Amino acid sequence: MTFQGVDYYNVDSMLSDHERAVRDMVRRWVDDEVLPIIKENYLAGTFPRQLIPRMGQLGFFGANLPAEYGCAALDNLSYGLIMQELERGDSGIRSFASVQGALVMYPIYAFGSEDQKRHWLPRMASGEVVGCFGLTEPDYGSDPGGMITTAREDGDSWVLNGSKMWITNGSTASVAIIWAKTGDLGDAKSIRGFVVPTDIPGFTAREQGGKLSLRLSDTSELVLQEVRVPKSAMLPGSSGLRSPIMCLNQARYGIAWGAVGAAVACFDEAVSYAKNRVMFNRPIGGFQLQQSRLADMLTEITKAQLLCLQLGRLKDAGRMTSGQVSLAKRNNVSTAAECARETRRLLGANGILAEYQAMRHLANLESVYTYEGTHDVHTLVLGQEITGLDAFRG
Amino acid sequence: MKIGVCIKRVPDTETRIKIGADGKSIDESGVKFVLNPFDEYAVEEALKLKEQAGGEVVVVCLGTEASQETIRTALAMGADSGVLLKASAVPLDPLVVARALAAELEQGAFDMILFGKLAIDDYGQAVGTMVAELLGLPSVSAITRLEVTDNTATAQREVEGALEVVEFSLPAVVTAEKGLNEPRYPALRGIMLAKKKPLEIKEVDLDQGGMEVVELTLPPERKAGRIVGEGPDAVPALVDALRNEAKVV
Repeated sequence: MTFQGVDYYNVDSMLSDHERAVRDMVRRWVDDEVLPIIKENYLAGTFPRQLIPRMGQLGFFGANLPAEYGCAALDNLSYGLIMQELERGDSGIRSFASVQGALVMYPIYAFGSEDQKRHWLPRMASGEVVGCFGLTEPDYGSDPGGMITTAREDGDSWVLNGSKMWITNGSTASVAIIWAKTGDLGDAKSIRGFVVPTDIPGFTAREQGGKLSLRLSDTSELVLQEVRVPKSAMLPGSSGLRSPIMCLNQARYGIAWGAVGAAVACFDEAVSYAKNRVMFNRPIGGFQLQQSRLADMLTEITKAQLLCLQLGRLKDAGRMTSGQVSLAKRNNVSTAAECARETRRLLGANGILAEYQAMRHLANLESVYTYEGTHDVHTLVLGQEITGLDAFRG
Repeated sequence: MKIGVCIKRVPDTETRIKIGADGKSIDESGVKFVLNPFDEYAVEEALKLKEQAGGEVVVVCLGTEASQETIRTALAMGADSGVLLKASAVPLDPLVVARALAAELEQGAFDMILFGKLAIDDYGQAVGTMVAELLGLPSVSAITRLEVTDNTATAQREVEGALEVVEFSLPAVVTAEKGLNEPRYPALRGIMLAKKKPLEIKEVDLDQGGMEVVELTLPPERKAGRIVGEGPDAVPALVDALRNEAKVV
């Protein structure tokens, strides 16, 4: 059964042949290899690791990076479509690809030395090496500039100390991009990125248990205690908080697309259920209350699709702003969560079962709502764009 | 080894078909078209032969302009080049299609030509075998296994209650049955590379042959099922319904 998608405004006609080919391939792969296994992995709280080499082989990791580093050299619009289709499977699958591509491969590509790029990128593109991104700390989430992880020069080495939290792929990864201050704790400009192999002495990762959301994802705490890396481990092009924020912008772009995938999965489920579930001797889809739900969902999904399409075109033209990414991430994730919630309700009692998708997506989207810039932080980013007044510094 | 694969663009099996205003064709608006699933097996088998013996894979498609997208799918999977025999419409008559394909294939000096055993739009199941006949080549239809050594090959086909093993010499034509292989996904890199692979477009002028679509109608809508009861107690009612209502036992 190939998923037919939801396309009320014929957005398909605005895609090129190769963009549709990319979308169709990932869609089919999700139908064939993700959806059949997702429920069991979700309930067990384990990532389906067998998918990692498959995703690498098909080119999902860092798909918009150049071919000379073993990547697919896709445009950003196609990259967005991949994220959309992966998240139709599960936010945890899309998160894995987002972290690998946008948060680990991208900084190595953007800030790394030629040696670092040649060493890491092809291995990461194939999935042989899994990476994680260490920015957030237990006490510094929305305010990453306050981080207290440090890197001190000592002879030919950097010595890293600190801890990171909520790190996707943290325990799976064999390499971590660690962001740390090389100067005073008050000096966010001294933040630099370091490429740290996770089997190095002093580095420990511990999976954070008890999650009721993104149950597929490995979400871990990292502790760095006197971790000594060579001078060459620093990403030479990284400079200040701006560098990790650039990575987050890449990831947020993918999240805006991914959210559409989750929303469409829910909408499709809602429509099918509404047409087949009979109550009071007719399909519940015939009731005005359910039709209102479905009409709202379709409207919001269509708007989100058009946002993504234009955002992708802007990014490909090199004209996308971070404010535009904030708007799309904020709107689309919120829309997707709303679609998941309404689908859950339309499905009645069945909506709470793992056999259906809605509640899994709903639970996932609560994380997506909070990570990569919370909904509220993006609100304030937009507020600042509109007024020129910075709500963070009062 | 030079391998030819003939492919067709068909509506996705999941598509809801609507009859066009003329009552003789399907309304193509909003219909998703795909590479015919049986042709996917043929493409995959061709790629495996190439990987094993070297050479090149050429896909040939008779279709409208839109079939370029279908050819690109095969190129993205790994075929080397494509030829579109561009027609204003694909005739229903398999012999007309077979003649056009044979005329193209005849010039190619192919060692092996593969087809899907049928296209899922018209279920004709005739073109591959007709092409073999027109080219005077041995043909084996609906194969589930293929082995090639030098200039001979062995194919396996499922016949009622048994397996038939056929040995034949090359060049030859085979048509692929489900189970022959597991078609690969076109990897992202392949999709990008396919854009640059050669795709030659040749206009062909076809008559409609001896077959004509008089009318298309959708199958009658199936009536809703009825649950006669649950558990062992329901068996007599079920048997009664099967005997007296459905009249099947």
